[in-house]
Amino acid sequence: MTDITNLPPEGGPSLDLTGKDIAVAGQWRLFWLKFKKHKVALVSLVVILFMYLVAALADFIAPFDPNATNARFTYAPPQSLSLFHDGSFQPNVKQLKMTLNTQSMRREFVPDPTKPVSVGFFVKAPQPYYLLGLIPMQTKLFGITNPQVGDSLYIFGADRLGRDIFSRVVHGAKISLSIGLVGVFMSLILGVTIGGISGFFGGWADLAIQRFIELLRSIPTIPLWMGLAAAIPVGWPPLRTYFVITLIVSLIGWTSLAREVRGKFLSLRSEDFVIAARLDGMSEIGIIFSHLVPSFMSHIIATLTLAIPSMILAETALSFLGIGLQPPIISWGVLLQEAQNIRAVAQAPWLLFTPAAAIVISVLSLNFLGDGLRDAADPYESVS
Amino acid sequence: MSMNPNMSQDTILKVEGLKTYFPTRTGIFKAVDGVSFELKRGKTLCVVGESGSGKSVTARSILQIVDKPGRIEGGSVLLTRADGSVTDLAKLDPRGKDIRSVRGKEIAMIFQEPMSSLSPVHRIGTQIGEALRIHFGTPKKEQRERVLELLRQVEIPRPETAIDRYTFEFSGGMRQRVMIAMALACNPQVLIADEPTTALDVTTQAEILDLIKKLQQSHGMAVLFITHDMGVVAEIADEVLVMYRGKVMERGPVEQIFHAPEDDYTRRLIGSVVKLEKKAEVRLTRAAIPAEAAPLLDVKNLSLTFPSGLKAVDDVSLTVRSGETLGIVGESGSGKTTMGRCLLRIYDPQSGAIAYRRPDGSTIDLRTADRASLKDVRREVRMIFQDPVGSLSPRKNVGQIIAEPLKLAGMRGKDVEDRVAELMRQVGLDPGWRERYPHAFSGGQRQRIGIARAIAVKPRLIIADEATSALDVSLRSQMLDLMMSLQDQLGLSYVFISHDMSVIRYMCDRVAVMYRGRIVETGDTDQVVNHPQHDYTRALLSAIPHPDPRDRRIHKRFRYDPTVKPTGIVSANG
Amino acid sequence: MLRFILKRIVFAIPTLFAVSIIAFIIIQLPPGDYLTTLMADWASQGGAVEAGTVAAMRERYGLDQPIYFQYYKWIWGILTAGDFGISFELGKPVTELIWNRLGFSLLLSLLTLCFVWAIAIPIGILSAVRQYSISDYMATFLAFFFLAVPDFLMALSAMYVMSAWFGQSVGGLFSPEYVDAGWSFGKLVDFAEHVWLPVVVIGLGSLAALVRIMRANLLDELSKPYVTTARAKGMSELELLIRYPVRLALNPLISTLGWILPAVISGEIIVSVVMSLPTTGPLLLRALLAQDMYLAGSLILLISVLTIIGTLISDILLALTDPRIRFQ
Repeated sequence: MTDITNLPPEGGPSLDLTGKDIAVAGQWRLFWLKFKKHKVALVSLVVILFMYLVAALADFIAPFDPNATNARFTYAPPQSLSLFHDGSFQPNVKQLKMTLNTQSMRREFVPDPTKPVSVGFFVKAPQPYYLLGLIPMQTKLFGITNPQVGDSLYIFGADRLGRDIFSRVVHGAKISLSIGLVGVFMSLILGVTIGGISGFFGGWADLAIQRFIELLRSIPTIPLWMGLAAAIPVGWPPLRTYFVITLIVSLIGWTSLAREVRGKFLSLRSEDFVIAARLDGMSEIGIIFSHLVPSFMSHIIATLTLAIPSMILAETALSFLGIGLQPPIISWGVLLQEAQNIRAVAQAPWLLFTPAAAIVISVLSLNFLGDGLRDAADPYESVS
Repeated sequence: MSMNPNMSQDTILKVEGLKTYFPTRTGIFKAVDGVSFELKRGKTLCVVGESGSGKSVTARSILQIVDKPGRIEGGSVLLTRADGSVTDLAKLDPRGKDIRSVRGKEIAMIFQEPMSSLSPVHRIGTQIGEALRIHFGTPKKEQRERVLELLRQVEIPRPETAIDRYTFEFSGGMRQRVMIAMALACNPQVLIADEPTTALDVTTQAEILDLIKKLQQSHGMAVLFITHDMGVVAEIADEVLVMYRGKVMERGPVEQIFHAPEDDYTRRLIGSVVKLEKKAEVRLTRAAIPAEAAPLLDVKNLSLTFPSGLKAVDDVSLTVRSGETLGIVGESGSGKTTMGRCLLRIYDPQSGAIAYRRPDGSTIDLRTADRASLKDVRREVRMIFQDPVGSLSPRKNVGQIIAEPLKLAGMRGKDVEDRVAELMRQVGLDPGWRERYPHAFSGGQRQRIGIARAIAVKPRLIIADEATSALDVSLRSQMLDLMMSLQDQLGLSYVFISHDMSVIRYMCDRVAVMYRGRIVETGDTDQVVNHPQHDYTRALLSAIPHPDPRDRRIHKRFRYDPTVKPTGIVSANG
Repeated sequence: MLRFILKRIVFAIPTLFAVSIIAFIIIQLPPGDYLTTLMADWASQGGAVEAGTVAAMRERYGLDQPIYFQYYKWIWGILTAGDFGISFELGKPVTELIWNRLGFSLLLSLLTLCFVWAIAIPIGILSAVRQYSISDYMATFLAFFFLAVPDFLMALSAMYVMSAWFGQSVGGLFSPEYVDAGWSFGKLVDFAEHVWLPVVVIGLGSLAALVRIMRANLLDELSKPYVTTARAKGMSELELLIRYPVRLALNPLISTLGWILPAVISGEIIVSVVMSLPTTGPLLLRALLAQDMYLAGSLILLISVLTIIGTLISDILLALTDPRIRFQ
């Protein structure tokens, strides 16, 4: 039997389907093969996994208590790490010497090359703590090996109260990155349920849900979020605030997912292979789980990945405005709130740029990752 | 430019050793690999081949409009103008001025899909007049007059209003006329038609072929006609070029290609077409199916109206006897597919009865049957789908696809595996391929998988909806032969739905002709084909291109006009 | 066409109604009613409140009535008398406070939209036509980057750069000497000098998104058969590009107005807070923080209504440019 020779599809990553393995490759294997061709997305995946790992192990990685203040080191600049001292290998930073700039009447810090502060891995923690809230630990990933008075280790600088920005950003990752995940999880439940109802039943339910989604999307998000978030009583415990904020943030996120699910339901429902399954005597539930869900699973994963960054950004924006999460909770948005004063930023740019870099890197990687996943979501496009 | 005295006076276009390649990741795909031909004034050259033969790329190479990343790698395309000057089009810069002055002015082209080949947001008048503006700078007012004249030439009704309409307001046939008007705007010497009738119904196809012929005669154009349909070739060609995988297999006058083919591939191609011109041999020798008292399926006054108000199935009555094949033939929009789907209750018809006789002799009305009994009946009445891609879930392997109905019927474990292997052998697939996914199979193989799934639960009746129309002609008869041999082995009955009279004639015992939701004629296939009673059937049959250049028919066809009730208008142009 | 427009307008009415309900819910969300808050406020300042005043105010806002009646009173006041209620914090009717700021919000959003469209389309076209070229990769990377930077971060960074590198302090839409002056040529120039930075800051995110969409649309259109048809007519590549694929790729772009507009307005609010622009943003934030709910609710309502009207206009524009939609 002659095989129909088709022209290769144009552009984009396509699959070479001549290999024998491809013939027996299932959906997820094709998905992975196609995703792998997207190098940027692959790198982003590694970056994202790394960031979530850092967030999970924040207590271990952050060398200091993020709320520990030190009035001596107000707005201390980042200290650079040198690997050698006096010609021998000894990682260290230089002690900061404070001087008073008589012209600007500001305190300035100058590293003192004669006073190295030696830095090491797996040092003893200032206080014992519980890793992931479970495992009792006494070791930090890195820190000052033998702390003396006057020693400091601010690799990303210090804030107004002399708190370590690095430790704060690492701890902030816990909240900011998890809000994305929890929010997406809420969106998933809302989106799949409502979108599924809309697509599966059609008719009036579909029309009403579609109109409602259109309505939600036509309202500018920031004022809506602001209005809802501002109603959260100030006295609420942090955990409750956290969940309500997450809920508010996912209020919009689910709509795109619901649309995606509905669209897939509608188009798949009339596909011949779904009709064939129905004629084979498969029940509607069976069809949903055996045919429909596998068909749009990959699309949902891609959409979800693309929804995480918008939630991270939303939390950041609300906290930044002072109506989201409040100190003492640490999130990237809360950190940026302290950078609102442009004069403070001018004096200590690291207040702004350290959390900003964390946000941009995580959002950028998630976007690239989502893009790669979406491209790979339908590995059969280039096949048929 | 140079004068070329060696070329014959009549030759307008001389293509020699044309090579068009597509670089791919894995190497070079030679879409056109050393093709040569000549195109003569006032004559029609048909380039014929199956999908992937490179015929379309050949046509596009002439005007250098091959899609990226395709490139002309060698050969020449010599265009001789009326003043005797000769230009090699293959040497021109594809984005340059010289080739642009040839496109649309000296050589015009029409395409397969008139809908997507025309812009949906521009009025047709603008799109037709554009070539005039580009090549002659014709002012707006004159442009409009010329466009009206062109619309009249291509016989579009009411040109004054049509000129300001958009493509989606026209039917497929009318859109193709718009395309032709556009091509004719600058009075080209050569018209390249790339499968211009493939997307159309046979009766519309016949109209368009007529029109092209007429315009060719009045304009004295040379026509390069690309098609996969040997019937069309026989009807219109003066000369034929047979292509296969980028290479010319045979070239010659149409008479020679059909009646004295020299090449093996040509012979096979003609053979598979001619084979479908008559009843299958296995059916000629078989005794006629007796008309029993109680038919297997007895459909009475079935009607389905869609919410849009469209009467898709309108008072349809038909019977299927056990062991026979009933053909349902009709053009697109005739309601044949909807009717087929009503039989299995994929759609719910609003009135009528579908009486199906169970193996125990009892009958059940499928139109009103409850879920449980419908589920049982759907094991006895199965379906084969048209689209070999869409009807198999890409996410399941072949073993799982074929096993699905078995498992749902309660079969488990080793039995399933054995049965799947047996079924795969039965339809001509290697059971070792069960782990493979549909994407690893060709169209014909996929359709075999679909057949295996249909016969898995030992059905009695199979509804086959356009089961062979997505396949190349050489595969078509193989698939029909397979279906007939299964019919004899398993004692099956078929309802065979198709738009293609030749496959109906090849395998069906009886045929019902559908037109606008109604069945206009039913009878034994021989009877209907040779002595059609209804005018629509006559029109349909006479519009079918006949693969014999000695017996050209479609220009003398019978036309059916439903507004003129009793008899049609006999036309004798062309 | 007229029928299409009318149909769209009729469709917008339930949306407007729903938006007003949402705004009203936001007004109602904080615990207790505002009079309680207000009285606590007055009491803390040592002022005694006459029982009669309280009763009169309760009457006026229908605070003793069921909630739907309060809504009815509120919306009826807005629709018939343009009465949005009173800002308790500032002690003035809401209407006095908002119109000027709303005007600047609208102006800023419109300028941003123009900026976004004017820049995004050419970049998108270039990116698509030169697919996989250096400039395409650059545009793609920058687009992704700007999509990842939140508006307020962009505003802060811009302000930092302006002050640290150029020694300019940024903020407001006018120099101090022009703030209260009437409109003049000088004021216009001053406005232009101030407004470009917020416009760029608000617009970059949407710009990036639009570039991606334009590129994708155009790539889609470029491979359509009608492009080949036009080429076969002898049209030059540039004319062909603009007349056909670009023209068709613009249609879906127009429909993106429906979400670009809310995004721009959201961005405008938060950027205005950072750059202290005299628009609705800072006022809304202040009202929300002070739980001045009539002011906040009115602002949210008006901003949403403006967005819906904008979306309506984009729908009509789309129908004007695309006959397929008009003829549905």
